[in-house]
Amino acid sequence: MTQRRIPYLILAPGLILLILFLVLPLVSTIFPTFFNGGFTLSNYTSFFLDEYNFGIFWRTLKISLIATLICVVLGVPTAYYISQSPKKWRGLLMSITLFPLLTNSVVRSFAWITILGQDGILNNALMNIGIISKPLTLLYTEFAIIIGSVYLFLPLMVITLVGILENIDTEIMEAAETLGANRLIAFVKVILPLSVPGIIVGSILVFTGSMTAYTTPQLLGGNRNIMLATFLYQNATALGNWQGASVIALIMIVATLIVMKLFSWVAGRMDKRGEASA
Amino acid sequence: MRKNVSLKIFAGLVFAFLLVPLLIIIVTSFGTNSTIQFPIKGFTLEWYSKVFNNESFMDSFFLSLQVAFFATLLALIIGVPAAYSLARHRVFGRNWIKSFFLSPTIVPGLVVGYSMYQFIVIKYQFPIIQGLLLGHFLICLPYVIRVVGSTIEQLDFSIEEVSWTLGSTKLQAFIKVVLPNITSGIFASFMLAFINSFNNIPVSQFLSGPGVTMLPTSLMNYIEYNYDPSVSALSVILMLGTIVLMYVIEKTLGLASIS
Repeated sequence: MTQRRIPYLILAPGLILLILFLVLPLVSTIFPTFFNGGFTLSNYTSFFLDEYNFGIFWRTLKISLIATLICVVLGVPTAYYISQSPKKWRGLLMSITLFPLLTNSVVRSFAWITILGQDGILNNALMNIGIISKPLTLLYTEFAIIIGSVYLFLPLMVITLVGILENIDTEIMEAAETLGANRLIAFVKVILPLSVPGIIVGSILVFTGSMTAYTTPQLLGGNRNIMLATFLYQNATALGNWQGASVIALIMIVATLIVMKLFSWVAGRMDKRGEASA
Repeated sequence: MRKNVSLKIFAGLVFAFLLVPLLIIIVTSFGTNSTIQFPIKGFTLEWYSKVFNNESFMDSFFLSLQVAFFATLLALIIGVPAAYSLARHRVFGRNWIKSFFLSPTIVPGLVVGYSMYQFIVIKYQFPIIQGLLLGHFLICLPYVIRVVGSTIEQLDFSIEEVSWTLGSTKLQAFIKVVLPNITSGIFASFMLAFINSFNNIPVSQFLSGPGVTMLPTSLMNYIEYNYDPSVSALSVILMLGTIVLMYVIEKTLGLASIS
C-alpha cells in the first residue's frame, strides 16, 4: 500500500513547485484579462482590431517565418556536409556550430550591432571600396532582426538536422547517382525528403524561438520595429499597462502552441504521403 | 570519391557566418579607440581592466554564477529522483507528468519572468532574489528531466534487481547502484542547465531590482547607453568561459552527448 505511493511522493516536490511557480502565476496573471464585470473576450478582440497592435503581431510572425526559411535553406546543406564529413572533422565542425549556441545571446546580438551600425564594419567597408557614398541604414530595421534571429537559431537547426542526417545511409546518394541523377537532383529528391522530420523539429525551435525572443528585437530592432516580446516588456514597464502585457503574454503562449501543432500536423501529413507513395 | 565542391563552399560560408561576428568582437576588444573600431589602430588591454573594475559587471557576474549554481542544484535535487521515478515506476499519467515537467520550455521565457514577477513579487511580496532563483529553477528542470531521464532509460534494469535480491533496500540500491551509473547524465544536465541559466535573459528581465541584476541584463543595459570596447572585452571573457565549459564536456562526455 505505502509502496505504491512512493513514486508519487518522489514526484510531488517537482509537481508542487511547478504548480506554485509556473501554473499559478500564469493563471493569476492571465485570468483577469477575461473579466470586465463579466466574462469577456474584448481585450483580445480589441488587441487584434487595433491596427498598431496587429502590425506588431504580423511583424512578429513575418520575421519568424523568414528567419525559419533562411535557417532551413542554410541549415540543410550545412548539416548534410557535417554528417558526411570524416569523424575527426565532425567533432570540430560540431564545436563551431555549438559555440555560438552556448555564447550569451546579448554577445551575439552585440556582434551584429558592431557590424550593421551606422558607423559599423559593413558600412565602413562598403564606403572604403566605394560601392556606397553614405552609410546605409541597416541597424534598427526588420532586416537586422532577421539576421540576428538567423544567427541566434541557425545552430539549433543544424544540430537537429545532423542528428537525423547521420542516420541516412551514404549508399542512398551513391545509388541515386548511379541511376543517373546529378548531385543536385539527388540531394533534392533523396536527402531533402529524408530530412523532413529534422526540418520540422528544427523549424519549430527556430520559429517559436524567434517569435518569443526578447534580446534580438530589443537590441537590433530599435523603437520602430517592436515585436511581441518587446511590446510586452514596454507595456509592463514604460506604459504601466499590466492588463495589456498579460494579453500579449497569452497571445505569445497560444501562438507558440499553434505553431507547434501546425508544424507537427504538416509533418504527419507528409509522413502519410510518404507511406502512400512507398 | 570526388568531394562536392559547391557543397563545401556553401558549408564554409555558413561556418564563416557563424564564427566571423564573434572573431570581430575578439579583435575589437583590444582596440585603443574609445568607441568600437574595426580594424583596430592600436593594441591595449585597458578594456579588460575596465571590465574587472566595473562594480556592476562584477556584482552581477557573481550573482549570475550563484543563481545559476543554486537553481541547477535545486533542479537536480528535485529532478533526478523524479526522472528516476518516471523511468522506472508505474505512475498514473506518466506521459502527462513528463510533459508537465518539460513544459517550462514551451512557455516563452519573458512570460515566465513576467507572470512570476506579477504573482510572487508584486502580489505575495517575495524578495526578488527568490523569484530569480525559482524562475531559473524552471529553466533548469527540463534539462535534468530530459538528459537524466534518457540516461536512466539506457541503464540496465537488472543491475538494480540484483542489488535488491542481494538484500539492499530500494533507497540503498538507488544511492549505491543507480546514482554512480548515471553520473555522466547528471553531469551533462548540470552543465547544460547551468549554462542556459547563466545565459538567460528573458526570465530575469522582470526579476531585477536595486542590487539584484543578472550579468546578461546588466550587459544589455550597458549596451543601451555605451558603445565602447569594454563590452567586447566582457564578451570575450564570457566566450572563454564557454570554451572552457565545452572543453570539459568534450573531455568527460563528448559534445555529441548534449546535442
